[in-house]
Amino acid sequence: MIQLAGINKTFNVGKPNEFKALKGIDLEVALNEVSVFIGPSGSGKTTLLSILGCMSRPTSGRIWLNEREITSLPERFAAEVRRETFGFIFQNYNLIKGITVLENTMLPAYPTGIGHRVIRDRAVSILERLGIESKAREPVEHLSGGERQRAAIARALINRPSIVIADEPTAHLDSALARMLLDIFAGLKQEGKTILIACHDPLVFESPVVDRVISMRDGGIV
Amino acid sequence: MKWIERQRAFIDFTLSSLWRRKAKNLSLLMVYALVIFLLSSVIFFTQALRKEAEAVLDGSPQMIVQRTVGGRHSLIPTDYAEKIVQIRGTSSVKPRLWGYYYHPATRSNYTIMVPENYPRPDDTVEIGAGVLRTWGPLRDGSFYFNAHDGETVFLKAINTMTNETDLVSADLILMSETTFRKIAGVPEGYATDLTVRIRNERESQTIARKIIHVLPDTRPILKEEIIRTYSSIFDWRGGYVIVLLGGGVLAFFIFAWDKATGLSAEEKTEIGILKGIGWDTSDILTMKFWEGAVISLTAFLLGVISAYVHVYFASATLFEHALKGWAILYPEFTLRPSVNAFQLAILFFLTVVPYTLITIVPTWKVAATDPDVVMRH
Repeated sequence: MIQLAGINKTFNVGKPNEFKALKGIDLEVALNEVSVFIGPSGSGKTTLLSILGCMSRPTSGRIWLNEREITSLPERFAAEVRRETFGFIFQNYNLIKGITVLENTMLPAYPTGIGHRVIRDRAVSILERLGIESKAREPVEHLSGGERQRAAIARALINRPSIVIADEPTAHLDSALARMLLDIFAGLKQEGKTILIACHDPLVFESPVVDRVISMRDGGIV
Repeated sequence: MKWIERQRAFIDFTLSSLWRRKAKNLSLLMVYALVIFLLSSVIFFTQALRKEAEAVLDGSPQMIVQRTVGGRHSLIPTDYAEKIVQIRGTSSVKPRLWGYYYHPATRSNYTIMVPENYPRPDDTVEIGAGVLRTWGPLRDGSFYFNAHDGETVFLKAINTMTNETDLVSADLILMSETTFRKIAGVPEGYATDLTVRIRNERESQTIARKIIHVLPDTRPILKEEIIRTYSSIFDWRGGYVIVLLGGGVLAFFIFAWDKATGLSAEEKTEIGILKGIGWDTSDILTMKFWEGAVISLTAFLLGVISAYVHVYFASATLFEHALKGWAILYPEFTLRPSVNAFQLAILFFLTVVPYTLITIVPTWKVAATDPDVVMRH
């Protein structure tokens, strides 16, 4: 269970451009489910996901993951939680250009100290599962949109996270590729992973794979 | 084990990162290596010259006695030797004949000398490796000399010296005493100077004082004084080249500072991505540390190795005019390799360490920010 209590996030505190992105969010998210946060742009979906994934700290409020409080962890431990518990799929994929798909996939595992061969074998097997093992040695800039998406998913799975966070994962995909992505999410859910998605694509939040839809507007849950 | 695997992974990623920006990194590497090359060339060169001088002086007598007239070096009567040898503590005193010969055809100076035992006929000479190269054409295989009295003397070179120190033997011509006196015009009963061997070197100062007391027109020169003079000359020459290079080094550091500290937008985005996918600030700093270390170590090794080749195999071609500016040094000679580990260590700490550090500072500023910016990219 992920529990959020009184989460506020304010950017540029005390400045003329101060902006309240999240306003007192209280929420419980079940594990081993697919939850989708929907809402218009600026409603706070991405901010909430980044706080959930230990990427940033709330201005106030707390988050518990399986009853472990994760909001007040020092940076090093927060990075460890981020690395070992969460896998991130970013809206623009955020793959590193100039290096291969395989290297991109292996990157999150580098700080773990796991042997190079083990990481490589694991990366190859994930790429096989996602059907892009033939592209493993190619630089990411040679990939099509759908292939990039799958490379980003492969990277998110390399550390075997229990929670996958995806921000607008279908934003750059056509319907066929979006359905393929949902199939992948269905497979991950079957493996027991929790999937948190920020999205305003009906193809996603109306999909049978989704267990719960959480609506957001103006920084709050509606 | 875990630590090693982590470092290995960071180095792997660093190498592929460097390769991605090869134009920037290779240009930086080249300039960096050039600066190290210049600095270590000076270090190697002065070190080698100092070693050569030490080698030359190794077998030399503990004391040389010259005669001065009007404050200048003059020929010394050989019977002075008998007076000096009677001073307690001296083991032997020998007259020495040596001088310079100016060869007008090639406008070069040679050192002519009579060794203690010259076993060859009077019409022969033994020459240093550089003499044959610079003398110009021979007449019927013989060197001709204009003697002091205007006569022409033909001497056959029968042996080229293979002295272990090319530096001194390069311009050296050895001959018999009779031939030397004829060419140089040193009359019988006189020598250029006297060499004194002393039983106990610690008594050399006392013996020198006694020589001046007995022979007030002489000037004893101790071996340690010669070593000191050589040392200061080489240090001074090396020092002034380093000062000249100082400007170059400063320019390099400005260049390196700009290259190393100015993180491009692409690099900043990458740092954000790495943080986003689970790297913490110290992981990114470790990666950047390796980046700086790889560049500076490679440049250091490239620079030092090429300086070694430049000085010991190419006779320091780039510096010869600055560093070899005196008559007895000939343009071409081979130095014996000699490396001063302490000086190299100082060079390492003055170049590799600061560079590695200046690459980390700007990264730290970027890496310490929250990774969530990457979500908004």
